[in-house]
Amino acid sequence: MKNLDPQLVWAFAGVLGLLAVSSLIGLVLKTAIKKPEAQATISNLNARIGAWWIMSAIFALTLVIGPVGSLVLFGLMSLLALREYVTLLPTRRADHRTLFWAFFIFTPLQYCLIGIQWYGMFAILIPVYAFLFVPTRMAIAGDTGAFLERASTLQWGLMICIYCLSYTPALLMLKIPNYGRPAKLMLYLVLVDQLSDVLQYVWGKLLGRHKIAPVISPNKTWEGFVGGIATATAIGAALWWMTPFSPAVAAAVSLTITCMGFAGGLTMSAIKRDRGVKDYGTLIKGHGGILDRMDSMCFAAPVFFHIVRYFYVR
Amino acid sequence: MNILAGLIAGAARLISGVNVRWIDSEPDPRQTVYFANHTSHLDFVVLWSSLPAAIRARARPVAAQDYWERGLRRAVAVNVFHAVLVARRQAQPAPDPREAIDHMVEAMGSDNSLILFPEGTRGTGEEVAAFKSGLYYLCQRKPELRLVPGYLSNLNRILPKGEFLPVPFISRLTFGPPITLKADESKAEFLERARETLCRLRNL
Repeated sequence: MKNLDPQLVWAFAGVLGLLAVSSLIGLVLKTAIKKPEAQATISNLNARIGAWWIMSAIFALTLVIGPVGSLVLFGLMSLLALREYVTLLPTRRADHRTLFWAFFIFTPLQYCLIGIQWYGMFAILIPVYAFLFVPTRMAIAGDTGAFLERASTLQWGLMICIYCLSYTPALLMLKIPNYGRPAKLMLYLVLVDQLSDVLQYVWGKLLGRHKIAPVISPNKTWEGFVGGIATATAIGAALWWMTPFSPAVAAAVSLTITCMGFAGGLTMSAIKRDRGVKDYGTLIKGHGGILDRMDSMCFAAPVFFHIVRYFYVR
Repeated sequence: MNILAGLIAGAARLISGVNVRWIDSEPDPRQTVYFANHTSHLDFVVLWSSLPAAIRARARPVAAQDYWERGLRRAVAVNVFHAVLVARRQAQPAPDPREAIDHMVEAMGSDNSLILFPEGTRGTGEEVAAFKSGLYYLCQRKPELRLVPGYLSNLNRILPKGEFLPVPFISRLTFGPPITLKADESKAEFLERARETLCRLRNL
């Protein structure tokens, strides 16, 4: 229980309150609104809230267990995300063993490097070693058809699903003077990023009129974007007490997290449209797959990590 | 053995990430032959694990005797899956095909279902090969028999022919509406119709 510092407990109490209020609103909407055209949206909303309860419980549990819990959780999420991603790729029979390396050698290795706090190798394992290994192994396999496409799409998947995602638990490596254990910094990132997604959805459903990128994502609107980013940034600023930042810096950092998160959602949606699928998977009820939920984290986490590391770690 | 079967079914669903869809069709406890395309050693266990538990308990795979006959494989095949082991045509000495049909009819009894891969052997995943005649002869013996097609996607990517280590992909299993043998249908017509029914599920 040594990981339970009071700020962490307060933040989780806040999450619990938020979930309770959301469930209540979901229940009221379900009983009050009988219009058939709204039914699908409301039942999807309730499915999403139900999934949030489960996701929050899992995240809280792994955070309490300590760094190993977080590493196992994010390691599994990387594997599941990569599985969703490669399913959409034009892989061939000859790629089988390269893929095996990606899943069962590089993914565990990346998270082990965080576990042993070897930052120098953590930062280059995927962008240098895996980057060079993938095309080499494919060349050895001997199938040259669509070679560059196969190699580069897999390299890209490793960067997103393993490298970028692993930056979230990598925060646990940081030694910030006068701050204590960085577990609450990880919670802060996840909170601001995921709240931004949720609030963009809420503002979009309430006020959304003008589509921001109709070709890529019919659900993203200017009203959702501005409202979601503004409120999530405000919440991020108000949570400055659980970070090493001043309130003003917390606002700037939160704005960066939310904008990177938006970029992630947009980019990962573009891939879905290219491949002609609506969601990456069906694992999380109401949300889609792991990549549908973590797309914003993949873009926000590395930038957040490097901001903190550059300005706050000596 | 029920617990073991449940564990195996759960593991199979986890490894294959299978997304099961019933299109114009639904799980039905009546005696049925589930027939599917064959590209991977995982095909049977994934299809079997995707059936509701009550139906699964009565669904027996038809498997090649030469592959499943020895040691541990046989123990699992017979005790957990209640496999119906039949000799393949290339076996030595060449088996009497009617004997295999007799064996299947007997194994079905009055309420068991079968899981059958009518291509007879694993393909590459690109095309569904022509069906062997067994399906037709089985229907001749049991004219009212329901045949439910199930198209398996991506299992050849998880564990292709010739590989021994699986790689995770999300697979998909699409069941379609049942067909039965028509009274005036020839063997070739029926087998081709069954094959087309299965192939149509591929892009749904």
